[in-house]
Amino acid sequence: MSASRHDKGRAANNGNEVLRNKDDAWLARPSTIRLLWRVFALVLVASVVAQLLFKVKGYFGVDGWLGFGAVFGFLACLLMVLFAKVLGWVLKRDDGYYRKRDDV
Amino acid sequence: MFDFLPPALILLAGALLIGPTRGVLRTAVVLVFPLLTLVAIWQVPDGVVLSLNFLQYPIEPIEGSAVRRLFATIFALMAFGGGLYAYRQARWYELAAAHAYAAGAIGVSFAGDLISLFLFWELMALFSTVVVWCGGTPGARAAGIRYAIMHLLGGVILKVGIEGVMVHTGSIEVQPMLANNFDTWMILIGILINAAAPPVSAWLSDSYPESSPTGSVFLSAFTTKTAVLALILLFPGEPVLIGIGLFMVMYGIIYALLENNIRRILAFSIVNQVGFMVCAIGIGTQLAINGAAAHAFAHIIYKALLFMSAGAVVYRTGFNKCSEVGGLFRTMPLTAVCGIIGALAISGFPLTSGFTTKTMISQAAANESLVVVYFLLAAASAGVFLHAGIKFPWFVFFQRDSGLRPKDAPWNMAVAMVFFSVLCILFGVAPELLYAYLPYPVDYQAYTPGKVVFYLQLLLFSGLAFFLLLPLMRRTETISLDTDWLWRVALLRAVHWLAAVLARLGAAVKVLGDRIGRRLGTRGRALFGSDTREGEQVHGIFARAWPIGTTALWIAVLLTAYVIFYYLG
Repeated sequence: MSASRHDKGRAANNGNEVLRNKDDAWLARPSTIRLLWRVFALVLVASVVAQLLFKVKGYFGVDGWLGFGAVFGFLACLLMVLFAKVLGWVLKRDDGYYRKRDDV
Repeated sequence: MFDFLPPALILLAGALLIGPTRGVLRTAVVLVFPLLTLVAIWQVPDGVVLSLNFLQYPIEPIEGSAVRRLFATIFALMAFGGGLYAYRQARWYELAAAHAYAAGAIGVSFAGDLISLFLFWELMALFSTVVVWCGGTPGARAAGIRYAIMHLLGGVILKVGIEGVMVHTGSIEVQPMLANNFDTWMILIGILINAAAPPVSAWLSDSYPESSPTGSVFLSAFTTKTAVLALILLFPGEPVLIGIGLFMVMYGIIYALLENNIRRILAFSIVNQVGFMVCAIGIGTQLAINGAAAHAFAHIIYKALLFMSAGAVVYRTGFNKCSEVGGLFRTMPLTAVCGIIGALAISGFPLTSGFTTKTMISQAAANESLVVVYFLLAAASAGVFLHAGIKFPWFVFFQRDSGLRPKDAPWNMAVAMVFFSVLCILFGVAPELLYAYLPYPVDYQAYTPGKVVFYLQLLLFSGLAFFLLLPLMRRTETISLDTDWLWRVALLRAVHWLAAVLARLGAAVKVLGDRIGRRLGTRGRALFGSDTREGEQVHGIFARAWPIGTTALWIAVLLTAYVIFYYLG
């Protein structure tokens, strides 16, 4: 069924822990990933639709609006990722930044 | 003297016995002493149990209360779970140090006075440093030294505050106070250093990932959470903590997003989670304090679980970075599942312990009409899912296939992970088990349909954001500069610069000195003459050899002058 059973796979394994067969796992197959995306999309829609059935108590007005949690969560993450990206340009250094210094 | 054994001493005795024992007996010591400690913890009644006199100060090493027992319980549980996880892999001295470290944390939990609190505080600093050193690499050694310096500094600041309070109020009792004078500020700063608050949050992410795969499990639990307990006991309702907590929450997320080292991501998320607790303590209402205590309890479990999962990966693969691993779910399914449960719990997903405790804090903010705090905490909840909830399991167990096929975690590590996973779900499904032991009576409903829908939307759409923004979060072989750059690089540069300036100054002084010396030498030689060397004819005026006759003449002149002046006078 999977390439791991293939002779080549076994030869590559050779008692080693390293084995390079990319399509052996069900979860890693493109078809599975497509399926997961569809299920995820359904769950996303369901979480917003559920608000029609169960009223979300808004403590400050806006947080009771339909889909507020969804929009707020998404935008918050977008902002944080972008902010981190910009900050990364300033703060990121090569992995050995301190190690090199310690050697000096 | 004692009606029962002090819990901290039991665990300390266990720590001392780990060294001399061997084999099964050592295993028994590692696992049984935390359980004995747990039993002793639940024997401690409310109020001061033990009181002694030391230098005319009333020392109360054991004072019981609900919140103290709660923290001591989770510390003992953590010593047990960590011991189970580590006992076959860790060196004996790491286990002993970890138990002594836990004993310090339990000692702080029950300390009724500031002196005992300080002593156990330092015990923790000491043995946690040993745990960091047990990483065994040059990096761990250096990080351990930086860690020790930071904590000893924090200890000194705390001590200054305690001395001030002792002198100015005459009381050393552990009781609520506000940061309104120098002494109390010093105490607050001393505690906040241990809580990894800004501007020194970097000590945590610097040291924890350098420890051994087992050591980081212990380290994740005690230091920051004893600081949370100390804040609950000493500074409930201190408004400055709200701002500090919110900063920590955001700092943890942003830095974790930038990070590549697996355990450093988790270290940043400790700062993030402790930020929630610190903020809650700042709000200070009964619900908020309950939330802080409950969240600390739940946090220790799921954070230890996450570090266990990461530790198992590091132990099996020898790799520390997201960019080196990936696709490990194939051969490490149990570690992956436990890691995912921990990740869901830290994100506060419904049915996990994070949901039933973190939402208490948000509710407390809403009840006090703290709009900004409420929305920032909500945004942070989304951010936690982003940086720890998905990022950690995704990059370690999924993403691309790294080709690594390591074995799953050793059985003892697996049992410990399953145990903590069960606890994460147990306190998520049946929160009343935890609510019953909180400091104040709980009138809080975690599971209302509206709340569940709101948080599901928040978290699921954060998940969507993660996968859509993945191209922006490509792993790079980098670290991110933090405030510790100031003392690791800037201070070092300043010292080098100062040394160079002093060296130059020294050289200039030397040149000047030489010149002056030469001048004086010439003048001196003119007056006193130089060393008489063979064949040298030139002598200084005062060093010249005068004939005896000349001397006699001068004496005669002087005596004559004397006689003349005598008669004139």
